[in-house]
Amino acid sequence: MGWLLEIRDITKSFSGVPVLNGVSLSLQAGEIHALVGENGAGKSTLMKVVAGLHQPDAGEMRLDGNPTRFRSPHEALQAGVAMIHQELLPFLDLTVAENIFMGIEPVSGPGWIDRPALHRKTVELLDRLGLKIPPDRRMRELRVAEMQTVEILKALAHNARLIIMDEPTSALTDREAGALFAILNELRQRGTSIIYISHKLEEVFRLADRVTILRDGCHVATHPISGITTEALISLMVGRPLANRPRSAPGPAAPPILSVRNLALGRRFNNVSFDLAPGEVLGIAGLMGAGRSSLLSALYGLDPADSGEISIGGRALKISSPRNALDAGIGLVTEDRKVSGFIPLFGPRQNMTLAALGRWCRFGWIDQAAESAVADEQIRLFGIRASGRDQPVLRLSGGNQQKVVLARSMLAGPGVLLLDEPTRGIDIAAKEEVHRIVSDLARNGTAILLVSSELPELLSLSHRLLVMCEGRITGTLDPRTTTQEEILKLAMPG
Amino acid sequence: MSPKPATPKSRTVLRLLERFGLVIVLLIIGTALTLLQPQFLTSANLLNVARQISINGILAVGVTYVLLTGGVDLSLGSIVALTGVVAATFAHPGEWPVLVPIALGIFSGACCGAVNGLIITRGRIAPFIVTLGMMTLARGLALLLSNGRPVSNLGTGFLAVGGDFLGFPVQILILLAIAGASRLFLSNMRLGRHIFAVGGNEEASRAAGLNVAGIKTFAYTMSGGLAGLAGVMLAARITTGQPNAGVAYELDAIAAAVIGGTSLSGGVGGIGGTLLGALLMGVINNGLDLLNVSSYYQQIIKGIIIIGAVWLDRRQRN
Repeated sequence: MGWLLEIRDITKSFSGVPVLNGVSLSLQAGEIHALVGENGAGKSTLMKVVAGLHQPDAGEMRLDGNPTRFRSPHEALQAGVAMIHQELLPFLDLTVAENIFMGIEPVSGPGWIDRPALHRKTVELLDRLGLKIPPDRRMRELRVAEMQTVEILKALAHNARLIIMDEPTSALTDREAGALFAILNELRQRGTSIIYISHKLEEVFRLADRVTILRDGCHVATHPISGITTEALISLMVGRPLANRPRSAPGPAAPPILSVRNLALGRRFNNVSFDLAPGEVLGIAGLMGAGRSSLLSALYGLDPADSGEISIGGRALKISSPRNALDAGIGLVTEDRKVSGFIPLFGPRQNMTLAALGRWCRFGWIDQAAESAVADEQIRLFGIRASGRDQPVLRLSGGNQQKVVLARSMLAGPGVLLLDEPTRGIDIAAKEEVHRIVSDLARNGTAILLVSSELPELLSLSHRLLVMCEGRITGTLDPRTTTQEEILKLAMPG
Repeated sequence: MSPKPATPKSRTVLRLLERFGLVIVLLIIGTALTLLQPQFLTSANLLNVARQISINGILAVGVTYVLLTGGVDLSLGSIVALTGVVAATFAHPGEWPVLVPIALGIFSGACCGAVNGLIITRGRIAPFIVTLGMMTLARGLALLLSNGRPVSNLGTGFLAVGGDFLGFPVQILILLAIAGASRLFLSNMRLGRHIFAVGGNEEASRAAGLNVAGIKTFAYTMSGGLAGLAGVMLAARITTGQPNAGVAYELDAIAAAVIGGTSLSGGVGGIGGTLLGALLMGVINNGLDLLNVSSYYQQIIKGIIIIGAVWLDRRQRN
């Protein structure tokens, strides 16, 4: 049988951190192929390579048996490969028809858009799938599900033979998802292939012909959907045995330093309650979009909660800005350190003292000697490798950047430290160092709330584990006895 | 990071060029001018240059605060006119002590700046738009307060601001004092550090608990206040409060800061560079005057220098 798409041994690293490790995948014409795996397994990266957004470091790709390499999404689209991203980026103020035919508008004369033809072609496309969206409606006025349909039509207008969809139902209602599945089934019958990335296993079983499981950037298995069970799929996603089991929990007698009751913020999370004791590491597991990062942002006042109660040391507090949080002894290491972690052209010294500069000031005047001494001490303490205390943090490796951010949070002297994906995008050696730092901080009495997408990291560092799914806490587990399968089941929307 | 093929020695040269590039350019131009027109290197002429750059220098120092936060201030020229009129109105002989018009001029400028800052931060409107509005508004106020006519008949105490002190123009002494204080402030004080932080990464500054809105408002207030001081100095020098004065002064000020290495996207730069930028512009103006170059050509040359300086700066950085 001829394959529509074959990819062989694709390898890709970002700043030295391998993300894809020799992944292979084959796709038939008219097949819906599901791609599953934990956060960070490499699903989106693999598909971005296929769609020409990333260039692979090694490996080959064949389309209809011919070696192919797309240097841009545009080239991929011309060859009939379209990707619909999780976050749609339509031209909101243009019409449905204009969006569908963007770049391939029917023209007449020296470049006038042939509006009647544009309208006619759009209606043709809509009819093909039996859809009723007014071609002249502005995108802004559509619902998300309709925008997604327009993206699919756009792919069809380019004669796409392969459509890649990244978590298409994450923002849809059940009913809208059902309508989407009907469209995808229709496309399959017409011979279009679809690669479908999803966390929702129920959808995978309902829709896919075959499923491929990725883990840690490696291909684990490909199965026909009829030959596999949900349990088997989950255990393939989790796979690896745990290197080290967690240590014993701290004395549970300690009264909580942080208490959260019924915290809620819009549609991001609701009814979140938990306690955190000094010296405890409380892990939060969950899939992307489960509300974990939003919860940390709310606790830190970056995106304050609508309702609910936060108390520190038994005293209820209103936290509406990071300043409030810092004053209350709450520190945060944000998820995306490049965006919100550090000042790129400041060195370790200026970055580390930023949140608590007043400590080294008299009448607003910075005591440079004291500041430098503190910086040097922290650089030694955290094992930061930099050419000096004033080398721009931009030039440091990801791991060292992260240690600078950690040092800054700790210099503000927090009793509660919120860590959001503290080891994302850093190499293995640095990861271990960060793990050691987190354990040491907890041993010295800091209460730590740890969000991570890496289950082994959560399991080995946490004393207790919360699981979140779609904005709610769906379980509290003991990391010493739970399994990765159990966690994943609680994390997946049912 | 790209590998650096340079040997340590040539790297030192590069670093020197990077650090003192403007100084070297200034020395080259100064030498060339001296050779072409010996009159350039006389104390009378150099004091003249100093006098000419002092107002632009003060404005450039002020706008540096704003540029460092990643903003821009287009209202400076109009604030110069408004504050000149305000100061002149209170500077008629024998009415008020000389400090009153000076203080009122600076204060009214600071108020304009504070309004800029508050609207930009509370209303979340782009600095370009807000200060463009203030540019028109302040000009209108200046015309209204003065009935569209120059305010003249100023007291001798006030006019002394435009004169000499121990043989030095008072204005250049003011510029040096302001620039020195600003340099110390920006590099040694907490608020100064915070200004660099906000311009370097606003998100990260917020996450580090900085009061971003307050810091920005401070920068605009500083910029406005220094424009007020420049307005007072200009009124004293031309012996009238001119409601039509100061048109496009903000552009020369921004140009000086940018030539001096302050980035329009914030977080990079400083007062030393800004002063050198103002000095370079002043020397070139003066030199072209001495060489009898027509003022039309002068504008063309100035434009080329502004673009060229920024272009060189970009290349150096990458």
